[in-house]
Amino acid sequence: MKENTPIERLYNGILKENPTFVLMLGMCPTLAVTTSAINGVGMGLSTCAVLMMSNLIISLLRKFIPDRVRMPAYIVVVASFVTIVEMLMQAYVRSVYTALGLYIPLIVVNCIILGRAESYASKNKPLASFFDGLGMGLGFTLALTIIGAVRELLGAGEIFGFRVMPESFEPVSIMVMAPGAFFVLSILCALQNKFKAPSATNHGDKFCEGNCASCMDKTCHIMERSEDK
Amino acid sequence: MKLNISISPHIRSRRTTTTVMLDVIIALLPSVIVGVWVFGARAFAITMLSVTSCVASEYIYEKILKKPITVGDLSAVVTGLILAVNLYSTAPWWLPVLGGAFAIIVVKMLYGGIGQNFMNPALAARCFLLLSFTRIMTDYPKIDGVSSATPLTLIKQDPTATVPLSDLLLGTHSGTIGETSAIAILIGAIYLCARGIIKPREPLSVILSTGVFVTLFSLVQGRPVTLDFLLVHMLGGGMLLGAVFMASDYATTPVTPWGQVIFGCCVGFITALIRCVGGGVEGMSYAILISNLLTPFIEKLTTPRPFGTSPQKKEGAK
Repeated sequence: MKENTPIERLYNGILKENPTFVLMLGMCPTLAVTTSAINGVGMGLSTCAVLMMSNLIISLLRKFIPDRVRMPAYIVVVASFVTIVEMLMQAYVRSVYTALGLYIPLIVVNCIILGRAESYASKNKPLASFFDGLGMGLGFTLALTIIGAVRELLGAGEIFGFRVMPESFEPVSIMVMAPGAFFVLSILCALQNKFKAPSATNHGDKFCEGNCASCMDKTCHIMERSEDK
Repeated sequence: MKLNISISPHIRSRRTTTTVMLDVIIALLPSVIVGVWVFGARAFAITMLSVTSCVASEYIYEKILKKPITVGDLSAVVTGLILAVNLYSTAPWWLPVLGGAFAIIVVKMLYGGIGQNFMNPALAARCFLLLSFTRIMTDYPKIDGVSSATPLTLIKQDPTATVPLSDLLLGTHSGTIGETSAIAILIGAIYLCARGIIKPREPLSVILSTGVFVTLFSLVQGRPVTLDFLLVHMLGGGMLLGAVFMASDYATTPVTPWGQVIFGCCVGFITALIRCVGGGVEGMSYAILISNLLTPFIEKLTTPRPFGTSPQKKEGAK
């Protein structure tokens, strides 16, 4: 696929370098707010909006921002958009705003946003940066929604507030507590690796190029397998 | 011919994981039998479900991941029994099944199987169930048709309440399946100590330190400490069961002698903290789990220095 086209950026953000399941960025909101699917969607979309706009502006300004003060400059840009998003949410989606609470202002220091600004937007053209932000934001939204849906399903028997489990289902309330976030995130990551989702870290057995002699990875089973044969 | 290549010392022993686990099962049997006698056939069903669930989980997990089948070492049976003696006999059928699967798959197998888990699987499963289904897990059973609180709940509500000593020893009071009878647990403890499976210092340090810290905390809070009060704390809850069977687990507690004593004191301190200062009624399982997490540090503190070597220099120090 051709690099830096809008479609490639979307594919990259949603699947290949999914910020949650592959890059493992933004873990704090991922673990903290995904108690229900709707919270996951809210958090994901608000981050996505900030990410698109900040990527666009930072990319436009990339030739004017002096290298030495780039971090404060990025934060000013990001914080402006977070403030706008926060006020909009407070005005129009009050329930999500209350549920997410402190985590909306904390989008300012979300490492996905600063990470994309630093590693992509500051080096690439505005259009590609905008779609990079959109792709990453959608990938984040997707991941948070899936985690939130699984936790809500097991912890409350509902998805998006609709009862799906039979009445006799006893909610596993640990799933909506902090440990549940770790369980669901780790199991989804493991499944993502197991089924070899087309991500940047899944190269299967080939990623070490069979260089077992100099490999320190004790969890690797390639040697054992080749001995079996 | 099968050659065994290993480093010294080459001590030969007939003891294997299977025989150790078999000894633990034998030691747990008196408690299970008393549990069935006090709480009826339902307690037996819960125990069987829990054991079956643990063994089946281990077998299925290893079958799916094409790993060697290790159910023959009986460790899953022990996990199932320990989980069962920690449950109330009023539990619905799916509770031990879910708990057993969680203990084996999440706490034990995902970390690499027997000996690799960093916390006690049965206790972790109990806490998982307690956090998930608080209402069901605190629904203590009726004795002789009368709903009675567990001794620990009684003294939590009223520190001057007393429970007859014969009830505490025989186990004819409310509680989880295996925790009620002090005599049954002591028989198991003596058997384990005689067989050399556990050292007496492990349970003793837990029990003594709990007594000391419970007294200390109660005195600080200005509450009277009577012998009855202490006895209920010692014998009325999961203290003995935890001290004998869970604070002596090989994989999750320190291997050094002084480490085991420090571990026991940690358990005692946290238990007393939860029971006397915190809001909880029973603190044993959380205390053991938290102390499990401290095990690597305790071992590091108490590792004996080989003769003739200088104290290890700190890495990175210049």
